[in-house]
Amino acid sequence: MQYFPFVVVAWILAVGLYGVVTSRHLVHQIICLIVVQSSTYVLLLGVGYVTGAVAPYFFDIPAHTPAVDPVVQALALTDVVVEAAVTALLLSFAIQAHKRFGTLDPQELASLKG
Amino acid sequence: MSPAQRRWMFGLGMAGLAAFYLWGMSGLPGFGNYPGPYGFVILHLAVKQTFATGIVSAINFEYRGFDTVGEEFILFAAAAGTGIVLRRLRGERDQSATDEAADREVPATSGAVRMVALLFTGPVMLVGWWLASHAQANPSGGFQGGVILATAFILVYLSGEFLVLKRVSPVALTEAVEAVGAGGFAAIGVAAVPMGLAFLTNYLPKGQLAGAVSSSGTIALISFFVGLEVGAAFILIIGELLEQTLLVRQGDRLCSTSRSWSWPGSSP
Repeated sequence: MQYFPFVVVAWILAVGLYGVVTSRHLVHQIICLIVVQSSTYVLLLGVGYVTGAVAPYFFDIPAHTPAVDPVVQALALTDVVVEAAVTALLLSFAIQAHKRFGTLDPQELASLKG
Repeated sequence: MSPAQRRWMFGLGMAGLAAFYLWGMSGLPGFGNYPGPYGFVILHLAVKQTFATGIVSAINFEYRGFDTVGEEFILFAAAAGTGIVLRRLRGERDQSATDEAADREVPATSGAVRMVALLFTGPVMLVGWWLASHAQANPSGGFQGGVILATAFILVYLSGEFLVLKRVSPVALTEAVEAVGAGGFAAIGVAAVPMGLAFLTNYLPKGQLAGAVSSSGTIALISFFVGLEVGAAFILIIGELLEQTLLVRQGDRLCSTSRSWSWPGSSP
């Protein structure tokens, strides 16, 4: 059980990468990329977890209660925002690709070269 | 490259990745045994130093504030990039979707959707502002609050139509709010420099009671500006994507006698 979260990370990463490689639709491929990135959230939160500790918020509990590492949580927050921004940009590229080439299949787009 | 070759390449790459992953993981202390001193040092000092009880916000807007400035400008750049990539190309013009099939009725938005969207718009706006202004106390902050603020405008779109969204959030105004949000964060940080302090030093009074709305100095103020920036950026991005549904290319025109019109601010 001690390494189970890291196995989950590897699984999410592998599934997402497989989707990116075999995808036949750009929007599907972008969603697979989001899945790949989701593995980093699990990794970050898994690394910083402390057994039996609380969330790092001391509004209504004593300041010295054992809490999980807040730094990786801040990193995960950063990660989510960047992911949302990058996804929007990629989707707009997909729209323009469809306008120009009339297809959203990455394998056909690769053979068009232009 | 054929799909079969592609899968072979993928299999080879994954085998290498798995080897490196196992190698990397073999040195980790295991789930639940976080060893690092950095997080624990911050946990012990943050409440005393910053008067914020939300330690994640204290890290985002103070200890790693420099990092967050960069991150906020990633969002700013992505919103600008979406606007540039989805600019109006030659031969494209705005047209309402109904024009393409003038003989077909457009189904109206159902009463249930309209009512739920209208009922939720006010409370969602309130929750967004509350989150953006309580970063120092709770698991909230400008990033979360800003996204929820943007949702309130999307509810307006759901309850009416795209043109109503354009009316309640004019592009020029939304862009100005976004610029104020992004610039405000940087300005708060730079303002510390003439005082002889380091960039993003928390120079405002930190209040008396940790976790109070008036506590934690610049953390609360920065969170507010981040809320403005994130909310405006998401309204802009979603507006750009929705606007694509109204674009019609000249070559695609089916009906030459369609009513053509444009909304204020769009060039023919």
